[in-house]
Amino acid sequence: MSEGLTKSQARNIFFGGSLFFFVVFAGLTAHSHYYAVSTSTNAQNLTESVERGKRVWERNACIDCHTILGEGAYFAPELGNVFVRYGGKDDPAGAKEAIKAWIASQPTGIPGRRQMPNFHLTDGELNDIADFLEWVSKINTQGWPPKDSG
Amino acid sequence: MKYQSQKVALAYFACAMALFAAQVLFGLLVGYIYVAPNFLAELVPFNVARMIHTNALIVWLLLGFFGASYYLIPEETERELHSPKLAYIQLILLMVGASGAVVGYLFGIHEGREFLEQPLWVKLGIIVAALIFLYNVSMTVLQGRKTVITNVLLLGLWGIALFFLFALYNPANLTVDKIYWWYVVHIWVEGVWELVMASVLAFMMLKLTGVDREVVDKWLYVIVALALFTGLLGTGHHYYWIGTPGYWQWIGSVFSALEILPFFAMVMFTFIMVWKGRREHPNKAALLWALGCSVLAFFGAGVWGFMHTLAPMNYYTHGTQVTAAHGHLAFFGAYVSMNLAIITYAMPYLLGRKPYNQVLNMASFWLMSSGMAFMTFTLTFAGVVQTHLQRVLGQGYMDVQDQLALFYWMRLGSGVVVVLGALLFIYATFVPRREVITNVVSAPAE
Repeated sequence: MSEGLTKSQARNIFFGGSLFFFVVFAGLTAHSHYYAVSTSTNAQNLTESVERGKRVWERNACIDCHTILGEGAYFAPELGNVFVRYGGKDDPAGAKEAIKAWIASQPTGIPGRRQMPNFHLTDGELNDIADFLEWVSKINTQGWPPKDSG
Repeated sequence: MKYQSQKVALAYFACAMALFAAQVLFGLLVGYIYVAPNFLAELVPFNVARMIHTNALIVWLLLGFFGASYYLIPEETERELHSPKLAYIQLILLMVGASGAVVGYLFGIHEGREFLEQPLWVKLGIIVAALIFLYNVSMTVLQGRKTVITNVLLLGLWGIALFFLFALYNPANLTVDKIYWWYVVHIWVEGVWELVMASVLAFMMLKLTGVDREVVDKWLYVIVALALFTGLLGTGHHYYWIGTPGYWQWIGSVFSALEILPFFAMVMFTFIMVWKGRREHPNKAALLWALGCSVLAFFGAGVWGFMHTLAPMNYYTHGTQVTAAHGHLAFFGAYVSMNLAIITYAMPYLLGRKPYNQVLNMASFWLMSSGMAFMTFTLTFAGVVQTHLQRVLGQGYMDVQDQLALFYWMRLGSGVVVVLGALLFIYATFVPRREVITNVVSAPAE
């Protein structure tokens, strides 16, 4: 390491710089939080049903097979835009019903095909998770994913 | 071993290795489900096997960090640990939490955010254990000699605990949830964990090469400065497509591209220290792991991270097998290797022996490293094909997956090699049999 840099200079650069970058990061996070609830996520449409749907999503650890907005386990399809994939833009009611029917009909039991367990969701829970997936599909994700295939 | 209380590290390392074995075995199961999807589909569904694989990894790495801290802090501060008893209580707490979580997962009891699946009581237990730990090591450091290594290590460990608190915040808005979820996940592995990694490597370089502390200290500050300067705003590479503002595409691209710098600095640091070093330390296996750690971290975290971190590229690769490839080599290179390095270094002292089973240990290094490298290559190829078919041509997810079967078979094969390497490492470390390398000339350093 260069002779020009003393240990105390290195220490001061480390602590000063880290503090600076953390403050900038925290500030930008605060703005992003505000942007999410005010602009990008239709927070006014985040109904109780959507919130319950998110808890159904979590209780069954859907993310440990699927991805949502690209984050998760890559073992099963992306669900951030599943509502779009099921034609929800033209026929929201039909897409919701199709999603509910798909979940309820698992597992397929087809040999050599990835199996989704049956989570024994009630009608209410199926409704909630479909509402959640509809709400997620309307988040402004800067145009991601590139194709409807997710 | 100069200080009696360093002995607590032995219990931590033993528990870490038990969970390491569980982690790789569940990894093997998950890899097998990829090629034989009906296997255990009802009994242990993929999501459960996968959360055990990832959670066991995280917990054993943390146990390794704790063990490493308990080993090196007495030597650095030149005094006994504040309380070995508290250290054992902390370990029991963590092991009860970890085994409780695993059993719970098998019965479907979990929360549902990736990597943070632990039930609330386990999360709270982790926080209590972290508080006990921080109290214990902070008291030791405050009352003893202060070194740069302990300063940076403590900062990293406090950071781990503080940022974990965001795991308790789970808002209904998915975008807001994700913003703070990354406060735990990204700021851990691309922030404060790097502080722990750099300080443990610095300690090992000091001991293995005999280079002046002054030199090591300066390097350490430069490395951790690079880590946090790039890593904090580098979080932006997770804020591209989750409902966050567009400016993150610029900030995230620029700063996360620079995240390769601290890893490059660690390669420079370890190799220059070894070249400059005058000491001929008998524990060759520990040196191999330390050098391997910096190199594999550079490729796994640095190069493979850079490969898909620029926003225009990530737009296509986000959430494909490319991410899985990067994740596997980054964790193995940076944190698994670092833990195995310090364990390899410390175990002979903890057992009061000369370095033993070194050839077996080094063989395990090459088995695991080549297995992980091959796994990374196959997943990268799978990811590239997937990106093209699914993200460019727009083919359906499952149709694309069917075309990737060959890659998943090869990944399973490399996984078998990794498991064999891991079991060999555990055997070589915990079953001392005889000296292997005996042509040692100089006296061993402590």
